[in-house]
Amino acid sequence: MGEVPSYRRTGIVTVDELKKLGLLPPGERLKKGPVAIIECPEKIPCNICVDACPSKAISMESIIDTPKLDWNKCTGCGMCVVLCPGLAIFVVDLSKKDKAYVTVPHEFLPEPKVGDEVILLDRDGKKLGKGKVVRVFERNKTFAVTVEVPPELAMEVRAIWVEK
Amino acid sequence: MIGKCSSCFMNVDGVPNVRTCIEPVREGIKVYRQSGLPDVPKPKEVEHVGGEEVIETDVLVIGGGPAGLEATLTAAKYGLNVVLVNEHFKLGGQLVKQTHKFFGSKELFGGLRGFQIAEHLSKKVSELPNVKVLTRTTAYGIFRDLWVGLASRDKLYRVKAKAIIVATGAQENYLAFPGNDLPGVMGAGGAQTLMNEYGILPGEEVLTVGSGNVGLIVSYQLLQAGAKVKAILEIAPTIGGWFVHAAKVRRYGIPILIQHTIKEVWGHERVEGATIVQVDERFKPIPRTEREVTCDLVLLAVGLTPDHTLLAQAGAKMAWIPELGGLVALRNRYLETTVPGVFIAGDITGIEEATTAMIEGRIAGLSAVIKVLGPIDEAVKEREKLIAFLEEYRKAPVLSRTRMGMKKALIPEIRG
Repeated sequence: MGEVPSYRRTGIVTVDELKKLGLLPPGERLKKGPVAIIECPEKIPCNICVDACPSKAISMESIIDTPKLDWNKCTGCGMCVVLCPGLAIFVVDLSKKDKAYVTVPHEFLPEPKVGDEVILLDRDGKKLGKGKVVRVFERNKTFAVTVEVPPELAMEVRAIWVEK
Repeated sequence: MIGKCSSCFMNVDGVPNVRTCIEPVREGIKVYRQSGLPDVPKPKEVEHVGGEEVIETDVLVIGGGPAGLEATLTAAKYGLNVVLVNEHFKLGGQLVKQTHKFFGSKELFGGLRGFQIAEHLSKKVSELPNVKVLTRTTAYGIFRDLWVGLASRDKLYRVKAKAIIVATGAQENYLAFPGNDLPGVMGAGGAQTLMNEYGILPGEEVLTVGSGNVGLIVSYQLLQAGAKVKAILEIAPTIGGWFVHAAKVRRYGIPILIQHTIKEVWGHERVEGATIVQVDERFKPIPRTEREVTCDLVLLAVGLTPDHTLLAQAGAKMAWIPELGGLVALRNRYLETTVPGVFIAGDITGIEEATTAMIEGRIAGLSAVIKVLGPIDEAVKEREKLIAFLEEYRKAPVLSRTRMGMKKALIPEIRG
């Protein structure tokens, strides 16, 4: 048996690990516009994202494969973000110079609203300051929430928290 | 409190030992705590038993969870008469309290929330004229020639079936430590019953023991319900459940402490806190690593055991297979046990999850069809397809233990 990946001990997949697993789009694609980042490194018997994608950008050979994303087909629409049962997909938009946008799945009340200032959280639950909500949509009680964040936090912000 | 154990026994309207977790509330109901041995209930307090009904049917399905519901739908689709028995007043088994979205494929309801799958399957079952559903009814014994005894609240049944599918599910495991009898220590499934079925928050500050999918998911649901989850303890050196479920709780700041376990729970008349301790690679507590955590709810998510009693009673050949959670019936690839005509599906075959339970339910349903109607081409083909799919599904590396266990439980042919 090979070495156990560190995310199986921590519950956190690092940006370096994502890079090594080939789950991060190349820099030039990131600059072009919003693109999905599928943080799903394990072979889970699940293929919901394949059907969720309106651009047919996600593929899988067998149900236990990890999803493969064609970055050039992906439009960053966020449908996979709301439909992934593992809440493991995010959209990152690094096309603007001084700000970035991250879309995260969210299943907590109160319902986030456009214009809200919400707390930004990283994969460890650490607070990274606040960001403004610019877009919200919902499918079957999961929200996809897009927040404006500083570009250097685009690969760090993976959740939001709305103060009650 | 998942409709199986004695944890919620109370005296209801004079009747002792009532499982309150599956007892519907009604106008004027009187619920009392019970301690020690109860009095014999007076005749007027016991519901009138209105005699016995004898039913002859093609298929009897015992258990109305995901496996039992799929088995029922499959057998009924081929025109067989089916009797479905369920202890709870609601069909769906543990699905009724699952608020998270399920993995899988679209065809197997992946992406839907568990309770939505339960609603969908229950509705389909209720629309079938050839299915008779008996809720709040217990199968208490399997007798010679596939006669089965059932007891509902007001009636007894003797059912003679041509095939029986046992899909009774599993029970939650408990853990021995000082203070585990204090109110506020409960199985994770029990917390789900209170929270997701009945809308009662079981605690404000939570310590979860076990980082399997159940521990991770219930911790996430408690967070959604407004509780604070202090930590999730895992005795092993790696997280038990899927990474994505772990990531879901980690990003809201819930720590998962690997190589940690619970030492004791303390409090005056209810949980006020717990002492946790680090363990070495042999799971032995490391001295002087104790820490105190204040909490009012300790969730035990330390696995499940197949609910095997009915099969053992029926004389099915059983084996203790740790990878599958305990005692299970040996079975062939068509899910027939060593008692001819008795099939199994769901967690009773070995602890897995709802999607595999549904696939097994379909396989067992088809096996019952073939038993009753003979080897119909369509049914045989469909069954082979499902068996192949299940094998593929279980190929996920994380499921290697289950795969090994399933191999051990498999017998090539049924004698007799």
